Amino acid sequence: MDEKVTREIFPRDSRKSYGLVELMKKSAPIVRKEPEDTVNVWPNLLMIEMICAILVTVGLMVLIQFEHAPLRSLADPSTTPNPMRAPWYFLGLQELLVYFDPWYAGVVLPGMIIFGLMLFPYLDVNPKGVGYYTYSERKFAVFNYSFGFAIWWITIIIGTYLRGLDWQWYWPWSNHLEHMNPALVTLIPLHLIFVNWFHVSEGVGKIFTDIIFIGYFALGTLIPMVVWKPMYKAMGLWRYLTFMFFFLSMMGVGLKIILRLLFNIKYVLVTPWINI
Amino acid sequence: MLQKLKNGIVDSQIFKSIFRHGYPDNDLDRAYAIFSNVFLHIHPVKVRRSALRMRYTFCLGGITLLLFIILSVTGIWLMFYYTPYTGLAYRNIKDLQFVIFGGNLMRDLHRFAAHGMVLFVWLHMTRVFLTGAYKAPREFNWIVGVVLLVNTLVLSWTGYLLPWDQLAYWAVTVGAKMASYTPFLGQNGPWGPQLGFLPTNDIMFMLLGGTVVGQNALIRFYVLHCVVLPLVVTVFLAVHFWRIRKDGFSGPL
Repeated sequence: MDEKVTREIFPRDSRKSYGLVELMKKSAPIVRKEPEDTVNVWPNLLMIEMICAILVTVGLMVLIQFEHAPLRSLADPSTTPNPMRAPWYFLGLQELLVYFDPWYAGVVLPGMIIFGLMLFPYLDVNPKGVGYYTYSERKFAVFNYSFGFAIWWITIIIGTYLRGLDWQWYWPWSNHLEHMNPALVTLIPLHLIFVNWFHVSEGVGKIFTDIIFIGYFALGTLIPMVVWKPMYKAMGLWRYLTFMFFFLSMMGVGLKIILRLLFNIKYVLVTPWINI
Repeated sequence: MLQKLKNGIVDSQIFKSIFRHGYPDNDLDRAYAIFSNVFLHIHPVKVRRSALRMRYTFCLGGITLLLFIILSVTGIWLMFYYTPYTGLAYRNIKDLQFVIFGGNLMRDLHRFAAHGMVLFVWLHMTRVFLTGAYKAPREFNWIVGVVLLVNTLVLSWTGYLLPWDQLAYWAVTVGAKMASYTPFLGQNGPWGPQLGFLPTNDIMFMLLGGTVVGQNALIRFYVLHCVVLPLVVTVFLAVHFWRIRKDGFSGPL
């Protein structure tokens, strides 16, 4: 398309601050695109924007006839509400506090989410799928985005509807006024399971969990490197390693949620400094 | 008669001094209407016909901007009635609810436009992701977008404290407590105490201006919410929009 529309008369040259950049056919001001079938922004696009703005404003006005901004009693440092809920968009993070220590769920993980989102355009090397909705041409990228936000939304839903007093799990049909007995569930770190199974000392059990933790990241990085060579080749070493770190960390969040909910595992990795 | 009146207005010196072009009923004046107007020149003069189809962008970014504008207007209105003082803040909100004309309307609009902005930022991001619009040469604008997303969330969170009710107080207490777990920088975080961070000098103390949520925290959140963060958002929005035009549109736009 480019060659049909534009013809480079003078190539770019850093010694020149001016130059004829492009010659366009017809009268369209859009550079690098066919001068096909354009319409004036005034009134065609502005009208659409106007209608859209009116609809949103009306929708908002209708909504506030039914729902009102909440206002509880005056702030009282001596009375803690139970359960204490964060705003809905942070409920996912609050829910993750069940599965991870606060330094990870509240600080490191949000930081990784933000940083990982920023890196997305630099890690996604697939040139296809720009400018139209497609799943088939970029399955893996869409999977990653969907998986991350599935965790985000599912934890928000759990935090909103399935958590009650003391942040315990309450089904909609449970009695939300009665405290659950926390002693019913005993959480244990993974290495104690190995201690019980294999009758080894705690130190040896911890070595097992260290190996599992490091192995998860090492094998998780190495296996796709061999199995999906084209992906690795397309990304290059550093891009691939960066991506895999974020990918495996994200998958790890899902795994940890399963381990905690189904098997009551508190920590996978226990070190003198941090527990995960 | 109407035609005459219209011509009278359009040809008057006042109209011409304001708009510097004729009534936009021909292609030239329509072009002028866009690029000689500081607010409208964010648009190109012409777009492809396919860009008018809603099913590509669903106007999500535009709706987010609209909500931000609604939030700015209602927020400034609310500022006239609000005192960032722990002894008064809650009563000010009660006044807005029961005494001040339009108080409920403005407060409700502000609250739900804020919910809406968080939601629409996310929807817009999802749209940009699904259409691959963040790919080269638009990578950096995606980063600007993520910064705007984070700012939206922090704006919403800082605004949460201002009514000074139980909801506000404890949501911010829990959130700020989280900061004390920051590795290296928080009193409760890994390697925090080892580096000398105490309740009186760590990152949570810096955030709240104290060891608990109190007057200092309220004034900090107030200034952040009403001045600092909206300014940051405005600057990044300007970059965001400018880059859309400079980096070129994706897809059928």
